[in-house]
Amino acid sequence: MNERNGTGGKQWVRITECANIPVREGRTTTVGNHSIAVFNLGQRFAAIENRCPHRGGPLAEGIVCGATVVCPLHGWKIDLETGVAASASPDAPCVQTYRTRIEGGILEIEIPVAGAPREETCETTRVHRDRPIRWVQRKLLTTRAEMRELP
Amino acid sequence: MERLIVVGNGMAGVACVEQILKYSPRFDISIFGEETELNYNRILLSSVLAGEKSADEIILNDACWYEKNRIDLRLGVRIVDVDSGSRTVTGDDGSITSFDKLILATGSSPLIPPIEGAGKPGVYAFRNLEDTRALLDRARSGARAVVIGGGLLGLEAARGLQVQGCEVTVVHLMDTLMERQLDAIGGAFLKSKMESLGMRVLLGRNTRAIVGAEQAEGVEFDDGTSIEADLVVIAAGIRPNVELGRRAGLLVRRGIVVNDYLETSHREIFAVGECVEHNGVCYGLVAPLLEQGKVLAATITGNRGPKYQGSVPAAKLKIMGVDVFSAGDFSEAPGNDAVRYEDGSLGVYKKLIIRDNRLAGVILVGDTADSHRYMDWLTSKSDLTALRRKLLFPDPAEDTELDVAQMPDAKVVCGCHGVSKGTIIQAIQERGLSTLSQLKECTRASTGCGSCTELCQQLLKAVAPAAPSEATAALCKCFALSEAQLREIVRTERLRTVQDVLNIYGNRQGCEICKPALSYMLDMVWCGGHDEDRSARFINDRVHANIQKDGSFSVVPRIRGGVTSPDELRRIADVAEKYKVHMVKITGSQRIDLLGVQKADLPKIWADLGMPSGQAYTKGVRMVKTCVGSEFCRFGVQDSTSTGIELERRLENLFTPHKLKMGVAGCPRNCAEATVKDIGLIGQEGSWQVVVGGAAGKKVRKADLLVTVETAEEALQAAALFFQYYRENADYLERTYDFVERLGIARVRRETIYAPMAVQQGLRERLRKSKAHSRDAWLEGDEPRHATQFVQIEPLENVLA
Repeated sequence: MNERNGTGGKQWVRITECANIPVREGRTTTVGNHSIAVFNLGQRFAAIENRCPHRGGPLAEGIVCGATVVCPLHGWKIDLETGVAASASPDAPCVQTYRTRIEGGILEIEIPVAGAPREETCETTRVHRDRPIRWVQRKLLTTRAEMRELP
Repeated sequence: MERLIVVGNGMAGVACVEQILKYSPRFDISIFGEETELNYNRILLSSVLAGEKSADEIILNDACWYEKNRIDLRLGVRIVDVDSGSRTVTGDDGSITSFDKLILATGSSPLIPPIEGAGKPGVYAFRNLEDTRALLDRARSGARAVVIGGGLLGLEAARGLQVQGCEVTVVHLMDTLMERQLDAIGGAFLKSKMESLGMRVLLGRNTRAIVGAEQAEGVEFDDGTSIEADLVVIAAGIRPNVELGRRAGLLVRRGIVVNDYLETSHREIFAVGECVEHNGVCYGLVAPLLEQGKVLAATITGNRGPKYQGSVPAAKLKIMGVDVFSAGDFSEAPGNDAVRYEDGSLGVYKKLIIRDNRLAGVILVGDTADSHRYMDWLTSKSDLTALRRKLLFPDPAEDTELDVAQMPDAKVVCGCHGVSKGTIIQAIQERGLSTLSQLKECTRASTGCGSCTELCQQLLKAVAPAAPSEATAALCKCFALSEAQLREIVRTERLRTVQDVLNIYGNRQGCEICKPALSYMLDMVWCGGHDEDRSARFINDRVHANIQKDGSFSVVPRIRGGVTSPDELRRIADVAEKYKVHMVKITGSQRIDLLGVQKADLPKIWADLGMPSGQAYTKGVRMVKTCVGSEFCRFGVQDSTSTGIELERRLENLFTPHKLKMGVAGCPRNCAEATVKDIGLIGQEGSWQVVVGGAAGKKVRKADLLVTVETAEEALQAAALFFQYYRENADYLERTYDFVERLGIARVRRETIYAPMAVQQGLRERLRKSKAHSRDAWLEGDEPRHATQFVQIEPLENVLA
């Protein structure tokens, strides 16, 4: 059981066979009271809190671009390494991240043991400028329309 | 007949022979080639390495060509000696062949700098097909490749290897990439572009040794640092092959010295291509070689007169999406004025060097659209005094076609295949071409390095009566290419996965804008025969339901034409109760929406409903709204319900650039609101109107009349024609109302219902194929694409539970 014990009140938990998560996709899993989005990034896996800091969107359902996931609800971009939302502001909100490892083809996630204080990488409740995906779509189309009008 | 021997079966030698054949026959021609290949387009080796072209596709002259022109081709024979006295050449097979006239077109060899261990296995040059094949053989996913040399060839090799899956590091001796073509700023822009493609670039590193016991395992620099490598490519420059010139006793400096007629110091010996030195300059680019070949052909056939007066050195990097062009002298020496423009975040850098009011040099990075105009100014030495304030941003031309109009007909547009402006215009006129792909097919223009694509487009625009103007805005920040360009690339390069397109032409990662757009594009181009990658689709298209604000999903079964039955309604009601659906809602589209469904319940709900997917979650065919029509309505003049159901049946399950809603009205009272639908059919006494491009959303727009026809079947056919035309030509997320407005209904009519029969058949056939490949998405409930497609992962252990 020793190697199962992670550092500082954390524990490695066996989750699933790696093959259960297709490459560049995410899946949801729940360990204790942690709802976690797990992503297969090809060479490695990433695990973050499955809740967008914007409006609570299910991040596991987002499109993965490199090491970023785009929330399916309003297009917020969350860095899978740091959990931080891409934003112009320096104090961008973020989600909790979890370490991952692969042991004998099984994906494992390091989870804080119940009772241990929840680790806050940064504050999660800040109000943030809304950049819905439709805004991006609209922007894309207007830009195109403008380009077309150029002689 | 005189005996002409050409030593060298490369681009310069064979291009010259092609020109000689245009004169009246006076030679028995033999060509000796050291390589065992037919004449191929050496500048496209990087495309072969990048997997964009096969080795066969870059052959310029096939075996038939040699046979037809009675050319005696001796491949695999290296000429080792020339006796200019007895006029014979000696091959490495011992053969001795005599000649009356001799052309040396021996080209050049890679320059291998004095690096310890450069001869080890795993170290390659990048000069010919053999090198390229060896590299392709060695390159594999994850291999670490080091390219020594950050010039044109080095960078193209690096990109090719990267496309093959290697992790690539470019090592350059100088502090600037392509320092012979770019200044420090241009080099820095190029460097950051290459890095954004995922390449590592090390500047100012002098390679001391290639280390490794048996074969190359790493590269050491003279500052003591080193990096690991599985393969090393040396692309540090070229050296003219002058050995035969020396043996023949010709005047040789860096290259074999020739005069303006391409004559060497011996009366009967001529030289052409990379092995020659003219006015102290050796050229390593394709355009000068072709010019030289023309002059030499005149000289050698007794038509001595045309002179070769040197070429302006011009270079274009052939990496898709990395635009670099450079020509002339770009040094900021006294007397040279520099005019600059730079935009770091767009990665655009332009610099012109003006001397005595004339253009002396130009550098373009990130935007090379104007390269042709600058090249013209350079070669014509135009006085630019009057244009001084408008050099980088010319007035929005009153006449956008001036550039092409000014070109002489004989001017070669496509250097790779030697296609002139005149030939292109002739092809456009005589064969009625109107698109770039047709032009490519007929003339081969722009199928080589692609640097003349822009020019071909302009010619099409100027000459073809209704050539479409291609949108040029890039798809997103991951690509430097527009959707129209990507569609063309996907088609011609036969790409079938989103990741391939991203790896080869984008930044490898993609974003939430381009991934769904490419998914659509591949499905459309290959009529459903692409390799579907669900990770590139929005969640709605992974689970075939519409995600709601709380992460639950909504389910809308297909109710064609809004016509349902008691049995269906009963099943819907049962499902709603069984799965505790939060809300049952009649939608604006004459359908029923079940809201607040959990993902894991989706397959079970679909099975219980026993109805096909209504595609209410996707950019695809949504529904056909109908009125009651002539069957019941006392005003109805046409059978709108059955026509609407048939329309829905024919087009359902297909993807479109944006959602597509239709309507069929049984009389002009238009209760089905067909005039504000993407496609509408409106019944009249004895005829049907087909209208397109209507909207009643964010924008309200009355649809344009496409055509009026007599029968319902004809109306369905016209609708299908427009449907496929929209699928193929609209940008992703462009609704029909924007699409029709952008193109104009006149053009839409011209290219659909009034198009030549062959074009219409093409549209119909592709629609038929797509339809044949399509299926009801909800069938995946029984056969999921992936074991965990609809489920949450249960941890193997839940110690914390």
